[in-house]
Parts: sequence; C-alpha cells; structure tokens
Amino acid sequence: MKVTQLSTFIENRPGRLHAACTALAAKGVNIHTLMLADTAEFGILRLIVADPAAGKVALDAAGYVTRLTEVVAVEVPDDAGGLARILVEADAAGLNIEYMYAFSTAVGQHAVVIIRFAEPDRAVSELQQRGISVIAPVTLFAA
Amino acid sequence: MMMRENWNDQGQGFHPVSAPDYLPAAQLRDLQLRRLKAVVNRAYEHVSLFRERMQERGLTPACIGSLADLAQLPFTIKTDLRDTYPFGLFASPMSEIVRLHASSGTTGKPIVVAYTQEDLQVWASVMLRTFASAGIHRGDIVQNAYGYGLFTGGLGAHYGLEAIGATVVPTSGGNTDRQIMLMRDFGVTAVCCTPSYFLHMIERANELGVDMRELPLRAGVFGAEPWSEGMRECIEKGGGIKAYDIYGLSEIIGPGVGAECCEQAGLHIFEDHFYPEIIDPETCKVLPDGEEGELVLTTLSKRAMPMIRYRTRDITHIITEPCSCGRTVRRIARVARRSDDMFIIRGVNVFPSQIETALLAVEGALPHYRIVLTREHGLDQMGVEVEVGAEVFSDQVSAMESLHKRLAHSIERITGIRAAVRLVEPHSIPRSEGKARRVWDERKA
Repeated sequence: MKVTQLSTFIENRPGRLHAACTALAAKGVNIHTLMLADTAEFGILRLIVADPAAGKVALDAAGYVTRLTEVVAVEVPDDAGGLARILVEADAAGLNIEYMYAFSTAVGQHAVVIIRFAEPDRAVSELQQRGISVIAPVTLFAA
Repeated sequence: MMMRENWNDQGQGFHPVSAPDYLPAAQLRDLQLRRLKAVVNRAYEHVSLFRERMQERGLTPACIGSLADLAQLPFTIKTDLRDTYPFGLFASPMSEIVRLHASSGTTGKPIVVAYTQEDLQVWASVMLRTFASAGIHRGDIVQNAYGYGLFTGGLGAHYGLEAIGATVVPTSGGNTDRQIMLMRDFGVTAVCCTPSYFLHMIERANELGVDMRELPLRAGVFGAEPWSEGMRECIEKGGGIKAYDIYGLSEIIGPGVGAECCEQAGLHIFEDHFYPEIIDPETCKVLPDGEEGELVLTTLSKRAMPMIRYRTRDITHIITEPCSCGRTVRRIARVARRSDDMFIIRGVNVFPSQIETALLAVEGALPHYRIVLTREHGLDQMGVEVEVGAEVFSDQVSAMESLHKRLAHSIERITGIRAAVRLVEPHSIPRSEGKARRVWDERKA
C-alpha cells in the first residue's frame, strides 16, 4: 500500500530544477506531484512519478544524487477538519511524521496527502485499523 | 642493459636490481660518501650558481670529509631553477643530454630538468625498484595513466615498467571511459596514476556498471600529489586493490625517489642515489632522524643536473625503526603536507589534507571537495564545497542540515577556522586527470 517516492538533491542555482525535470521528461517519466523543500543553499526535490525506478535511472544518469523512500498516500475527506482527524489518529498511534504534502489531483471526491512517516509499514496498518483510507499506488496513478 | 630477474626468481618479490635496498648500513654510508664527493665536485666544476654560493661561504669540494659535512653546503630552492631558466643549472653539455622534461609552470616560467643517458638508466632502475617493492613483476599488465610528455610521471613510470619486464599499457591521462574499458578488456593487474584520478576512475567505473573489485586489478602505485591514509582506505575498498604510495619530484629525478614496500608503512628512499636530510624550515638546521621537518634531498648520481640540498617543501620525518620487509634504506613517513599547498587564512596555516581529514571524519568516505578562498569586506573567507554522495543524501532537510553542521564543526575543530560549507550536487566540482587541484584562491591582492 505504500508509495515509492523519488527524491534528489538540488543546488540553489538557476536552471537546476529545470534540468532535473528535463532529465525525467527525456525518459518519458511522468511527474504526478512534487514538493520542493528548500533551505538558503540547497533544496530537496521529492517526486511522485509513475515509474520511480525509471525516474531514478534517468536522474542518476544525468548526474543527480537520488534516493527512493516509502511514503503513504492518505485519502482526506474534503471538508473542514478532514486532515485534522487523520493527524489526531496518527498522533494517537504514536506515528512520527517527517513531512507531508498534498497530492496534486483529487481521487474521487477526496483530496490526497502524501505523508512521510518514520515507520511507513506501521503507519499503513495503524491508519487502516483506525478507518483511514490509505491509497494504493495503482489507484493513485489511475486518478 | 637492465638486469633481469633470474628464471627461477619470478613472482618471488625479489629483483636483482633491488639489491642496493638491502645493503648493510656501513657499506651504504661509505657508498653515499664516495658518491657525494664526486657529485659535489661535478656541480662545483660545471654549475656556476653552485660554485659562487660555495665560494661566498669559503667552501670547496674538499670540505666534504664526511656525510655530516653536507650540512655546510648551500641549499638549492625552486626559484633557483626559475631564475636560471632554461638551462642554467645543467652540468653536462647538450651533446650528452638526451632528454628534457619541464613542469607545467602555473606561474611564470616552467622548471626544466635534464637527463644524460646514464641518468635515464638510473631513473629506470629506481622506478624498477619502486614497482618491485609494490610486488609488480614480469607477467603483470600495468596501465600507466600518468601523463606522458613534459611531465616526468608518465615516461618515468614507463621505462621502469619496461625494465622490470611488465606489459605496459601507456594510456597516459584522460579519457576515463576508455581507461576503464581497457582495464577490463586487457585484464590489467596494476595501475599507476595520481590517487585522485584513480578515485575518479572508481567513481566513473561504478557509473558505467563496472565493479573494479571484480577485475584482476590488484595493485595501484600512486603519487605526484599528497594523499592521506583515509584516501588509501577509500581506494583499497572501492578498487579492491593494494594502494602503494610513491614519492618523487622532477627537480630530483621525477618519480622514483622513494616508494612503499609491501608493509605500506613509510616510503623507502633509494638512498644510494638520493641522500635525505630533514631540516627545520625556519632555522634551516638539520634535525635528527625521527623529527618532523622539511625534506631536503641531494642527488648522489645525477650527471646532467646534480641537485645539492634541494628544499622539497615537503613535510615529513625519517622513520628510525628498521622495516620488517628487510630493506635497509631508510624510510620517510607519508608526505601528507607540502608547504607549497599550505594557505594562510586569517593568519592561520591550513593544509588541504586537514580539510580532507575533517570531511573523512564525518562522512567515513572522502567526498569530492574544493576549497575556495575569497575576500569579503577585507576579511578572508574559507569556503568548502562538498559534493553530496549517495551514501549521505537524505530526503529529509533536517538530516542534510545536520550533515552540513557536522562538516562545518569538524573543519573548525581541525583547522581552527570557521568555514562556509556548501553542499553541492555530484559532479559539480571539476575533476582532474592529473594532479588534483583542491584550492581556488580568489582573494585579490
């Protein structure tokens, strides 16, 4: 049920982000969503792509340093307090969230957030036990 | 003609040309003294700069009665070679000189060195001894990736390898992809180049899907730039080889002044041809064996260009314990610092090797890095750019910030200078195919 996220190190220089995206495009790797965490000097680009392994090969070949990590896609009811309820449950289960970001497209009637948990496996089972919908990659990419 | 291994010596780690490495000390000192007297005579007769400096001090060659008397003689320094450019220090007429080499000369005129036919034979013999002490012999296929041409590294290693009877693959520097292809296809068993270039080859081989550890390659002979024990570990682990340090400089002969043996514990100086002294670089007094200082070398056999007490700018010490390999010629400790590479920032002396140690302490492996010195509002700044490798990259900002902080702390702890560390993408720092360039000094005078 986990989703594989591709991340890469980007220097804070003009053209670097563009070059990374071009490297992916050249290999036909479609970007579903992305999130750039940046500091004054560098950024970490996290990507959800259709084919993470191919994306990694494309970026590695273009000279980027990359890493594949497991994240969890969680369905969020599109109403006030929807996200808060999920976070309350994660808290109750003692799940440590490293960071999170919104998925760019909705799945059905719902918004989706991508959450990087410290323990992705435990997060999936805890959330599911608590009635929160975790979205499989296949559903996510079909959206 | 160079002597060959006996038919039943092959692969035993002994080569007859290496015999002087095992001379009894008394016999070696006697030989050194006789050769020293002759070379001082020769320099006095044929090199005016040397003769004038001797005369200024009221000295004649007859003053050399013992090896200790060498300490009275004047030093020769790098600028002496520049000032007498091109041929001012030659002791042989051009009709006897068969080879010239020159330094790349990043500033001003290059340094020119000359060899007679005999000098070249001596050079080949000391390079043979260099390779013999690294366990290289007939039957080895050796890729020589030192630059061929004016630089002494390529041809120096080449003739030594031919003399020992190894199969030389004279790739010279550059075209890394082809180097790796040939290394794999030819079943190369040993390589020689600068250590930083070999690290680059390992990195590139991995990118090309070639695991060097699975190739027949078993030994590397590395020199021409200072490197550290940590770098040796990276090379040995990443390349699956034994990495040997060698020492030399063009002014003395080129590579072949000294080399590590199988013990990898200091470099044996080929003392029958090169006499080492260690001096205090400030007072210029000779220090006893064991104390650290600047290495000073005197060539005992060179004909075309004898060098008397040449100040190498390399910081080391003579190891006093005998080596368990059985060689009797003395060893110097690995040269990790060159006073030439040293830079001064805010009044503090810093060596690139210290930065290397600091980075290694944090990452466990040596990343590609460079030091950029700048001056902002009249204040010197030391920037250290460090490439982010796959081992240390994390998708979490906190982890990367922690890495950044630990690198900066480590540098400050070791050098006493606060550095502006910048994490940069892989491959963003230029690679060298010869001597690695670590310091970019962009301070305007």
